[in-house]
Formats: sequence, C-alpha cells, structure tokens
Amino acid sequence: MNTESNVLRETALESTRVAAVSASPTRPFYWSVRRELWENRWIYVGQLAVAGVFLFGFLIHMTHWLTKMRGLSADDPRGYWETMTLPYNVAAGLMMVTLILMSVFYCADALYGERRDRSILFWKSLPVSDLTTVLAKASIPLVILPLLTFAMIVAIHLIMLLVSSLVLPASGISVASLWRELSIFQMWGMLLYHILTAHALWPFPVYCWLMLVSGWARRATLLWASLPVVAIAGIEKLVFGTAHFVEMVGIRLIGGGAPTDVTHGEMFPTGPMTHLTPLRYLGAPGLWIGLVVAAVFLVAAVRLRRYRGPV
Amino acid sequence: MAVIEARGLRKVFGTTIALDGIDLRVDEGRILGVIGPNGAGKTTALNAILGLIPYQGELKVLGRDPWRQRERLMHDACFIADVAVLPRWITVAQALEYMAGVHPRFDRSKAEGFLGKTRIAQSSKVRELSKGMVVQLHLALVMAIDAKLLVLDEPTLGLDILFRKQFYDSLLNDYYDRSRTILVTTHQVEEVQHVLTDLMFIDRGRIVLNCSMEEFEERYVEVMVRPEHVSAARALKPMHERQVLGRSILLFDQGDRAQLAALGDVRTPGIADLFVAVIGNHAAQAQGAGR
Repeated sequence: MNTESNVLRETALESTRVAAVSASPTRPFYWSVRRELWENRWIYVGQLAVAGVFLFGFLIHMTHWLTKMRGLSADDPRGYWETMTLPYNVAAGLMMVTLILMSVFYCADALYGERRDRSILFWKSLPVSDLTTVLAKASIPLVILPLLTFAMIVAIHLIMLLVSSLVLPASGISVASLWRELSIFQMWGMLLYHILTAHALWPFPVYCWLMLVSGWARRATLLWASLPVVAIAGIEKLVFGTAHFVEMVGIRLIGGGAPTDVTHGEMFPTGPMTHLTPLRYLGAPGLWIGLVVAAVFLVAAVRLRRYRGPV
Repeated sequence: MAVIEARGLRKVFGTTIALDGIDLRVDEGRILGVIGPNGAGKTTALNAILGLIPYQGELKVLGRDPWRQRERLMHDACFIADVAVLPRWITVAQALEYMAGVHPRFDRSKAEGFLGKTRIAQSSKVRELSKGMVVQLHLALVMAIDAKLLVLDEPTLGLDILFRKQFYDSLLNDYYDRSRTILVTTHQVEEVQHVLTDLMFIDRGRIVLNCSMEEFEERYVEVMVRPEHVSAARALKPMHERQVLGRSILLFDQGDRAQLAALGDVRTPGIADLFVAVIGNHAAQAQGAGR
C-alpha cells in the first residue's frame, strides 16, 4: 500500500516535471514589467521616502491641527470639513506631485538607460520583441505608477486615521465625527478616479513623447525632449503672439484641463461639491486626440528601438 | 543543413564600407572562428546575423530573415555580444528568474548547475562581480539555453588566461554536441585553434580566407629552414617569411611536405602566423592596387 502510493506520487511528480519542461509557458510582457521594477527601484523607494517625510510632518503638526479643530464650531460645516480633511487632501496632493515627477524621470530614461549601460545587447539576445519591451515600459507611467501612488495614499490615510483615532478622544473630539466628515471610502474612490483620468491617461502623450526621445537621444534626454516644445512655443509667440502650445503641454502634464469633474471652485478633487463627469471625460476629443498621439509616439519608439544599439 | 547563408551581404555606414558583399555558408555542427583586424567588419557581420542591424543583400539564419524576425530567431539562437553587457543592477537570482520567464528553451536547473561550479552567489548583483565572474555568469545563462546557434563576439576580452581557458573548456565539454553551431570572433587566436572546426579571415569587409581546419592543416606548411637552405627555400615562393632567434621561418601555401622536410623542420602553422601572412599580403595588394 505504502509503496504503491509512493510510486503513484513519484509518477505524478514525474509527469508534472515533464509537463513543466515541455510546456514551460513564457510570459515576456509580465517579466518585462518585473524587469522595469527591479531596474527602477527608486520609483517606489522615492514614493516611500516622500510618504515617510509627510507622515513625520503630520505627527509634528498634530497638536496645531488639534487646537484648530477644537476652535471650530458646528455652525460652520464647511470650515469644519475643510479643517478635518485638509491633511488627508494634502497627503494625496503630495503623492500625486511625486507621481508626476517620477513618471517624467522614468520616461526620460526608459529607452536610454539600457543603451547607456550597453545592456540592450543582452535584452536583444532574448526572444522578447521590441513591441513587448516598449509596451512594458509604457505601462509604468500608465498603470503601475498610478496604482502604486493610489496604494501609497491609502496606506498613508490609514496610518493617519489610526493616529487620529488614538489622539482625538483625548482632545475631546469624537472619532465618529472624523469618520463621518471624511467619508474615507468615497474619498478613495474619487482619488482613484482622479489619478487614473487626470494623471495617467491625460498626460500619457507627454510621457510617450519623453520615451520616444529617450530612445533616440545620445545624451541629455530631458533637454532634447523639451527643445522642440520650446522651439514651437517660440515660433508661436513670434507669429501669433500666443502661448497655447506650451500651456497645452504643461497643463496636460500636471493633469490640468482634463474634463474629469466639475469642482465648483473646490481646491481638491475630493471636495463635497465636486461632481464627477466620467461621460464628459470619455467624450472629450482632447482625450482621444492625446491617445492617438501617444500611440504614434509608441509605434515610433518601437521602430526606433529596432535600430538602436548601445550609445 | 545551412545554419547561416549569406549572399552579397553588404553594409555601409556613411562613407565606410563595413561589409563589402560577403558570401557565406555555415553548416550545422560547425565551430567557426571569424578572425580579422580591428575594423575589419567582424562585429558588423555578427550584428547582421543576429538581427541587430539592417543590411543589404541576402541573409538567412536558421531559415529566417534576422532583421525582420529577431524575436523568433532568438528562440533558437543566442549570443554574447562583447563582454559586460549584463545589466549591472541585476542579481544572479533575478537573471535566472527572468530568463526562465521569457525563454522557452532556458533550463534553469542547468544554469544553476553551471553556476554551482563557480564562486558566484545567487544573491550577488552583477556590479559586485569581477569581470571574469560576469563572463562566467553570462556563459552559464547562455549554455542553459537549448539553442541551435551560439554567437560569441570577443567573449573573453580582458580576462586572464585561466578564465579564458576555462571558458573554452566548458564551452566544448558542457555545451557543444555536434548538432549545435558556434560562431566566435576573438583576437586570442592561439587559444581557439584547437577549438575550431572552421576558420575565416575577414579584412576590409571581405572574406580573405575560408576553410575547414582539416583543409587548413593540409594546405599550409611552415618550415624552420636550416641556414644553408634558405635561398633554396625562398626559391619555392613562400607566402611569408619571418625571423625567429636568427632562423628563418617560411610559410607555404600548398607546399610539398616531403620536399620541404629536406630543407628544415616542417610543422603546421599557428592561426596567428597564417593570419599575419594572409592579412599582410592582402594589405600589400590593396596598397598596390591603390597605387
């Protein structure tokens, strides 16, 4: 009986081993993204550092915030809400600024770093197409970094909530009112929507432009990427006396001008008066024109990588 | 079966002709050494074969057009292009994981077996390894791929003699099995002489010699001529003559061994000596033609 089961087990083991060897499914895209995360550890180390600095500041500022809270009256719900949620919105805003900076620096190096350190000759010796590689790199500013940023914001908020819930009762403010005012899940939902629409899809053509230049330039990729923008802006200024182009590029990069919501003068995209407009966003020509431009840049980047060797 | 087939392969960079219409055929199971001076077009030829650069003329590698089908080709071919192209940030474990993740013919346990014979730890990053260890790692990764064609471009550049010897030993003992084809360029020609089955000299974008090692051994004879026979030997029209320790060494193409044995000590020349003779003559001819 015993031996029989042993034999059975061994045959089963054997067959799985055989299957593993003969099938050995490969996932080039998945591993290409993994490669980017290994190579660019600074993108999450940097975010962790910013989050750490913010939390440190939050703890120091805690007493000041509590004094302000105590001085608020229930007659001013607007002021109450603002004071209560301000640190949470500042945390989200700070992480989004970090997201933009990380994306810019990542993209400016995306197809340049592997040429600079000659490792492109190693990557090209493997059965991974240029298309897969470029798409994996493009997924970093489009998907990975935005989701990472959102996860970081949620983590920061949770730590802040935990600390506040411990400290608030001692100051005579009810924890329940904090949770009520904050309506944290709704806030997270709005933040996720805002990050994906305003900071991932909307500036994507700018990121793709940076990636394209990073595959072309022999040095100083950010400089080369900004030269045409400056040139076009200069010509526009001379001929028409306007500055639409540079505004368009700059505003797109920081997520401005995206018809994601109607804020009614709110400072943060999570305000109670903010009204999300996903349909208007999806129907905006600016979104689709931007994505077509992004696709053109990506196709060019794929073709360029075929021709490019080490710098 | 031809693994590599080229007809009129040509590549021009600006005004420089790197490859000047090369015809080439490499059959399965051969180990071809591509030898040439700096700037002769060796690396350009290899890059064209690997689909790294576009070219003019006809080229088929394992039946594929390398420039249009690089990704497919890399299922069956692999290469070490130059030393030190492994990314410096990658750890040995990550490299193994990545290769297993993207390459259907990569056998991770095999690579781990090769690495087990070295002092390379899986947790180390490439930047922490010595130059010799990086080459060992790269070779371990490449030998674990069940490929039909392996291309090595100066794989042992800058390594000490122990590492170089080890490199070719493990290539022959642990990898080569007569169904694989290996293409190697190197300046350390003496060390590959016993490794190669075929030999090719390139100069100024052209093939100046292409033969099997058997042909090489049959065709070329070197004689260390006894002083009294020097003028007699010179009358037989050697392709090259050099002096070593006061004695003349003459190199003959298609020389009659019996006849030459009477004049001095006969032996098969080293690739390096033949290289100097052939490339030197080629350069002189080119100069003459230019004039």
